[in-house]
Amino acid sequence: MDRPILRTFIAYVEDRPGVLNRVASLFRRRAYNIESLSVGRTHIAGISRLTLVLEADEDGARRLEANLYKLVNTLWVRDVTHTASVARDLALIKVKADATSRAQVLQLCEVFRARTVDVAPEALTIEITGTGDKIEGLLEVLRPFGIIEMVRTGMIVMTRGAEEAEARFDSIPVRTAENGAS
Amino acid sequence: MKRTGAQIIWEVLVREGVDVVFGYPGGAIMPAYDTILGYPIRHVLVRHEQGASHMADGYARASGKVGVCVATSGPGATNLVTGIATAMLDSSPIVCITGQVSSKLLGTDAFQETDITGVTLPITKHNYLVTDVQDIAPTLREAFYIARSGRPGPVLVDITKDAQQASIDFEPPKGEVRLPGYRPSQHAVQTDIEKAIDLIDEAERPLILAGQGIVRAEATRELLSFVEKTGIPVASTLLGLGGFPATHPLSLGMMGMHGEAWVNNAIQEADLLIALGMRFDDRVTGNLKTYAVKAKKIHVEIDRSEINKNVKVDVGLIGDVRDTLLSLIPGCKQRNRGPWVERINLLKGDSAVRDIQQLPYNDKLYAAHVMHDLWRLTDGKALVVTDVGQHQMWEAQYYKHDHPRKLVTSGGLGTMGFALPAAIGARFAKPEDEIWVVVGDGGFQMTACELSTCAQEGLKVHVAVINNGYLGMVRQWQEFFYNRRYSATPMRSPDFVKLAEAHGLTGIRVTKREEIAGAVERARATPGTVVVDFRVEQEDSVYPMVPAGADLNDMIRRPSPIVETGEDP
Repeated sequence: MDRPILRTFIAYVEDRPGVLNRVASLFRRRAYNIESLSVGRTHIAGISRLTLVLEADEDGARRLEANLYKLVNTLWVRDVTHTASVARDLALIKVKADATSRAQVLQLCEVFRARTVDVAPEALTIEITGTGDKIEGLLEVLRPFGIIEMVRTGMIVMTRGAEEAEARFDSIPVRTAENGAS
Repeated sequence: MKRTGAQIIWEVLVREGVDVVFGYPGGAIMPAYDTILGYPIRHVLVRHEQGASHMADGYARASGKVGVCVATSGPGATNLVTGIATAMLDSSPIVCITGQVSSKLLGTDAFQETDITGVTLPITKHNYLVTDVQDIAPTLREAFYIARSGRPGPVLVDITKDAQQASIDFEPPKGEVRLPGYRPSQHAVQTDIEKAIDLIDEAERPLILAGQGIVRAEATRELLSFVEKTGIPVASTLLGLGGFPATHPLSLGMMGMHGEAWVNNAIQEADLLIALGMRFDDRVTGNLKTYAVKAKKIHVEIDRSEINKNVKVDVGLIGDVRDTLLSLIPGCKQRNRGPWVERINLLKGDSAVRDIQQLPYNDKLYAAHVMHDLWRLTDGKALVVTDVGQHQMWEAQYYKHDHPRKLVTSGGLGTMGFALPAAIGARFAKPEDEIWVVVGDGGFQMTACELSTCAQEGLKVHVAVINNGYLGMVRQWQEFFYNRRYSATPMRSPDFVKLAEAHGLTGIRVTKREEIAGAVERARATPGTVVVDFRVEQEDSVYPMVPAGADLNDMIRRPSPIVETGEDP
């Protein structure tokens, strides 16, 4: 259990200015290399959700969790590495494809259930969502054609089943001068 | 009632119980400085903002309350940084209020603009940028709450000039501060408490490692009852000194790099370590691979992230030290650990003859003499504020602290220049205490400008400069590990007696041991701050010493017996 493996954390944070900087800075100064970090809003006002992937051993993972909780704006952290979950990454890949190779590229995309989102005389832009492995797989077969550009969102993860992680939060009450911090 | 943001700052501070702040005015904080005249808060004008953050820190350490410093934007704010980092590493509760350029100028590289929340992000427990007058009161209340609760620490609140100038209808905020993601108080799990009690009852050679958490949690009485019930000897970290009475028979003294030899040896022989509010800093453990390998470990800590950080423990009890001790005491068996205590006494062995104090009179003044005599002459009751370096370690070794909050010292960051300003802060926290600043000739010169603050405020502190003409600790490392190549460590100093006099203060010079008592008497009898320049032996070293990264029991000892040679070590 003690060797470093890739771990996935989900963290809910208050949507305050600089909060992403606080999280990123925490990992930077604790000398962890972030594999992937994605952040976006939840359906609850004032709360953002982070998905974070990085390499850590078991102790390191527990400490990271504790360090995340030390940030005043952190609401809830969960290590979902060993929890059944749905993981998705989205990539846009621009690959060289002229009249002679286009059919072949499109066929490969079919196999990977990737979508073509732009066609140019010399290139195709492909959208693919899936696990990191699936995207790596497509990249592997497209590489011989010549990849021009690629962009990925980073991992987002949700645990399986009916669990309502976000149900534990009411919306963050808006602070007013009358009631002070709340 | 209508209030400006600048007034609201002080309205909130008065309600938080603040009666003194340390600071330096400037453009972006001028509205606040204009309104402070209307509030019952004493402002201490420092000579450099670094002094302000150290003063707030010294105030906090000596009082247990939150210390406050104030600075303007840009250079004023960045000058606070060293003091903030010092407070962060030693978990000291301070609130720093800084002015910021007007919100419409933010991000334009305006005159005296610095992104101080960005700069201090890694060295504050939390920080804020306030651009709206509505947010000033709630933010400051949060800042005080965060600074003092849980594991205490520094909080910075940066307030734009326009927010200070704007007015609102102001009602003082009431009720408790609630932060949705912040849970400062935690309690150890009952099954873990039981596991810990079993380990404690079974242990034949247990040791308590008492850290600063004892002092911060006001747990000295609980620690004493725990020790008297279980008969377990206590070793202290530097910042833990005073958390357990040094003159108690079960007090062993300080552990670590310059800890007593028998303490480090006892740690290596122990079968159980009970770490209370300490964090296994590298200066305390030496080589982690060989650290206390025979011992099971119980770690009581308020900060969950410290558990298993450096040393893997068998039981982690997350929570306030006092709280946790109260849960442990009733369950633990009454025990006398005579054989183990005897074994430790045996470990003390030759340490006594290696003590510098055993050196026959040779006309030289040793720093250890100064510390020992100071302890004796003040009945161990003075509040001592030390700087960082050799003198700090000698103080820790020779001044026996029986009471908490009587030693104020920079541990984690090792900040030279800390002592004089921190002592000024402590002066306001403890108006009745006799305060001694123990400082080296190097560190003194980093913040000696604050003598002027002492003079202007009419403060009485005694400054003992342990003057050896070197940056002593670095010189010692050069002696041991760099073949005596004294690169940049010989240091020429001004005449400290004249320096004191230049500030309208008193200076005394001491060159012989028999002059110490007279100088202390004179310092006490003289009004105002007194600087005593102790010209001590120049190339004395602090023993024992665990070289950085070496095994804890692999110590460089003072050559023995010095009694025979009569020479310098």
